Amino acid sequence: MNLSLNRRSFLTASSALVVAYAMNGPAKAQNPPGPPHKRRGVDAKQVDSYFVINADGTVTLYSGKVDLGTGHRIALPQIVADELGIEIERIAMIEGDTHLTPDQGSTSGSNGMMRGGVQTRQAAATARAALIKLGAARLGLPEADLDTAQGEVRAKNGSASVTFAALLAGGQFNLELDSKAPRRKPSEYRYVGKPVRRPDMPGKATGAHVWMHDFAVEGMLHGRSIYPPRPGARLVSVDEASIADIPGVKVVRIKDYLGVVAEREWHAEKAARQLKAQWDGGGLVTTSAQAQAYLRETGPRDTDEVAEKTGDFDAAWPQAVTKIKADYHWPMQSHASLGPSCAIADVRDGEATIWTASQGTHKFAEAFDGILQLPKGKVRQIYLDGAGCYGMNGHDDAAIDAAILSRAVGKPVRVQWSRADELAWDPKGPPQTLTIEAGLDGNQRVSTWRAHMWIPRPTPKLPNVPLVSPQLAGLPQMQGVATGSINIGAVPTYDIPHMEAVVHYVKDTPVRTSPLRAPGKLANLMAAESMMDALALGAGKDPLAFRLDHLKDPRSLDVLKKTAELHDWRPRVEPRRDGKGRGVAFTHYKGNETYVAMAVDVEVDRGTGAIRVTRVSCAHDCGQVISPDGVRAQIEGCLIQGVSRTLFEETRFDRERVTSVDWSSYRVIAFPEVPELKIALIDRPDKPPVGAGEAAIAPVAAAISNAVFDATGVRLQSAPFTPQRVRAAMAQSGTTAG
Amino acid sequence: MARYVLEVNGQAKAVEVHDPQEPLLYVLRNDLRLTGAKYGCGLGQCGACTVIIDGEAVRSCLTPISSAKGKITTIEGLGTPQKPHAVQAAFIEEQAAQCGYCTNGMVMTTAAFLDKSKSPSASDVRDALAANVCRCGTHDRVVKAALRAASAK
Repeated sequence: MNLSLNRRSFLTASSALVVAYAMNGPAKAQNPPGPPHKRRGVDAKQVDSYFVINADGTVTLYSGKVDLGTGHRIALPQIVADELGIEIERIAMIEGDTHLTPDQGSTSGSNGMMRGGVQTRQAAATARAALIKLGAARLGLPEADLDTAQGEVRAKNGSASVTFAALLAGGQFNLELDSKAPRRKPSEYRYVGKPVRRPDMPGKATGAHVWMHDFAVEGMLHGRSIYPPRPGARLVSVDEASIADIPGVKVVRIKDYLGVVAEREWHAEKAARQLKAQWDGGGLVTTSAQAQAYLRETGPRDTDEVAEKTGDFDAAWPQAVTKIKADYHWPMQSHASLGPSCAIADVRDGEATIWTASQGTHKFAEAFDGILQLPKGKVRQIYLDGAGCYGMNGHDDAAIDAAILSRAVGKPVRVQWSRADELAWDPKGPPQTLTIEAGLDGNQRVSTWRAHMWIPRPTPKLPNVPLVSPQLAGLPQMQGVATGSINIGAVPTYDIPHMEAVVHYVKDTPVRTSPLRAPGKLANLMAAESMMDALALGAGKDPLAFRLDHLKDPRSLDVLKKTAELHDWRPRVEPRRDGKGRGVAFTHYKGNETYVAMAVDVEVDRGTGAIRVTRVSCAHDCGQVISPDGVRAQIEGCLIQGVSRTLFEETRFDRERVTSVDWSSYRVIAFPEVPELKIALIDRPDKPPVGAGEAAIAPVAAAISNAVFDATGVRLQSAPFTPQRVRAAMAQSGTTAG
Repeated sequence: MARYVLEVNGQAKAVEVHDPQEPLLYVLRNDLRLTGAKYGCGLGQCGACTVIIDGEAVRSCLTPISSAKGKITTIEGLGTPQKPHAVQAAFIEEQAAQCGYCTNGMVMTTAAFLDKSKSPSASDVRDALAANVCRCGTHDRVVKAALRAASAK
C-alpha cells in the first residue's frame, strides 16, 4: 500500500500548534516565543498527553519521540491509525515540544518504537476503549457490539455510528494509560506492517522542508562561538580591533567563553574566524595514537567490575584443549553529522524558548533551566529536524551557545557550528580496548570465554552529556562521562558454559564522549565474533555452521540460516587467502532485543592493503515490523555507516586538539565504495517491536574482519582497517604481497 | 556595500552585500530565503550547498557573490512538492532520504549530471556523486533514484 499523508490535513488540524512544528512549507518568520499556544499536560502516563480529538474529525498526535530522519514520523501514525481506527491522513503529529508533547524520554538507543511506539499504542488502545464506551452510551448499544473505524464508533452490524468528534471534540479523556486495554489483532491492521510513504519526503526532495537550519524568527541575530584552541585553555585577552572591518559585530565574553553576534550570518562567521584572542594553557591528556595505552595503563584507574558471569571460567579454563587469546582496539569516532549543529534561542524576561534538533528536548529543557539558572519549567524546547545524529552530537551544545548569546544581547540568536566545530567538538564515541581469551573442549565446542574490557566509566546518574560552553562560561552543570552501555556484547549469547566479562574502568576520556550508534557494540562484536571465527577454525568447522552449533534459540538460528540463503553461503573451513573473502557475524542485540546476522564479501588489494566491501547480506528480526520500508532504510543506513566506521573513521588528536576536522581528515564512505546490499526482514507480528535503528550496525566490523581473514589469512583487530594496518598485519604474519 | 543582481530560478534578484567574498550560499539562504541549499562544510567537500549555474553543478559555499554570474537554479527552482522535477519525483518515489540534509546536493548534482549523461550505468552515477557525502547511508536509494530519473527522461 502506498499512502501518503496529506499535507493539507496536517496543516489544517490544530494549525496554531503545527506552525511551531513546522514540518513542511516555507520557513516562516515567527514572533518569539512562538505562536500562541496553551501549555499542555506532558505526563506520559495520561492519555490526554498523546491525543486531541478535533472538531473537524482529525486527531492531533503528540509525540515525545522525534523523527531524526528515521521515519518515526510515519511509523507512529501507522500504529495510532490502526489502534484508534482512523485514516492515517487524518492524523497530524507534533514532535518534541516540551510544552505540548508527552515526556517520553530521549529518542535514543533505538527506543523510538520499542518504548515510544509501544507506549503510544497503549495510549491509543486506552483511548479507543474509552471512545467505544462513550459510543455505547450515545448509541444505546452494548460495547461488545461496537468497533471503531474511519474516525467513528460503529455498530459491527452497520446499524449505527457516531464520529469521534461528536463524542469528544474539545473534551478530554482524563484516563491513565491502561496496559489491559484491548489491542487490535495483527489481522485487523490496515497500516502497520505495510510500507506507507513518509510525509516529509516531497519537502525534502524539493527544498521545501524546513530543517532547524532553515528556521528563522523575527529580529534574530546570528551567533558563533569561538572555542579555545586547546580544551581547558583560559581566555587571556581579546583583540576586538582585529574585526573592526566587519560591520555590526558584537563580541560576547563570559569568563572563558567567547562568542560573536552579528545581524548578517556571514559577518558572524567571518568575525569568528578573524577575531584574535590570546589563550593560555589547556590541552589533551593523551593522543589518539596512544589511546589504547591510555585505557590499559596510563589513564587514571577506576575500580574493576565483573559485568557478566556464567559458570566458572577459572575452574574450567585449565581443561580447555585449544586456547586462543587476542587483543582488539576501537578508536574514538565522531557522529560526523552532515549538517553542523544548529539552534535558535530566545532568552528574555526570565524565560527561554529554544528551537533545537535535540534528541531529548524534555531532558535538556530541564538541564537548561539549571544552566541558565531559571526557575524550573521556564525553558521551552521545540524540536525541528536537524542533520542526522546517531547518538548525541552537538545539537544541544549549539542550543546552549545560542541561549548564552541570546541572554547576553537580549535578542533571539541563531548559532550554527562550522564543519571544524562539529568534527572537533561534537561528543565522540568512546575509545575501547579488549582482550578475549577462549577455549575449546575435547568435543571441539567452545567451553570457556573471558573478555577483559578497558573503557571509560560512565558517570552514574549523569542527567545529560555535559555541554562545552557552560563549562567555559562558568555556568552550573553536572560534570561527568557519558558513553552509553559500552560494556555489553563482549560476552556472546552462544551456548557456552563458562563465561565472564571483566571491565577495567578508566576515570576519564581523552575527548568528551556520548553514546554513538550501537554504543560499544561494533568493538565488542568485532572482538567476540572474530574470536568465534578463530575458534571455528580451531575446531575445523565452517564459521556459519559453528555458530549454528552453539545456538538453540530459533530466532537466532533463523537469522543465520536466512543470511546463508541470501548470501549463497558455501561451507568452508580454511581461509582462501587469494585476496577475496567472505565473513559472517551474528548478534542478539543486547541479549534481549533485535536478532541480526550478516555475511559480507571483501576484496583485499594485497599490494596496497586497500579493502573493498563488495556485498553485504543481512537478515534482521526486530519482532513486529511496523513500517517495513522504514526498517529497511534503517538497516541500509546501519550497514553503510558500519562499513564507513570500520574501514575509514578515526577521530585523531594530538596533545593539543582534535586534528581530524574536515571531510578529508575525517573521511567517511563515498558512493563508489558502497557495497551491494541484500536485506531480509523477518516479521514477527505476534512479538513486540524492538529497535531497528542500531542493531544492524553492531556486527559489521566483525563480519568485515572475518572476511578479510578469509581473503588474506590475517586477522585485523584494530579499527579502522586502513591500508597501512592491512599491510602491517600481512607483513607481521609473513603473508606476502600479491 | 555593493549591489548585485542575480538571476535565480528565472528571476532577477537584487541584493546588497558588504563583502564581495561573501559566499553565494549565504545570500541565497538569508537574503532570498531560498534555504534548499545547505551549509555542510564550507569547504566544497560535501556537496550539500550545490546549485546549478549555467548547467553546471556548483558549490555555492565556495562561490563568492561577486563572481556568481550566470543563470542560477536552486532546488526550489527545479520543482516543487506539487510539481516535482523528474529527479525530485524519483527521489520521492525511492524514498531516497533519511535526515535529508544532503538531499539538496544529491538532487542538484544528479540533475546536472543527467542533463549531460543520457543513459548512465549505476557505476556512472556513483562516480558522478563521488564527491557528495551522505552520512545516514542512503546511497543505495540515491543511486536507484538517479537511475529511475534517467530512465524516465
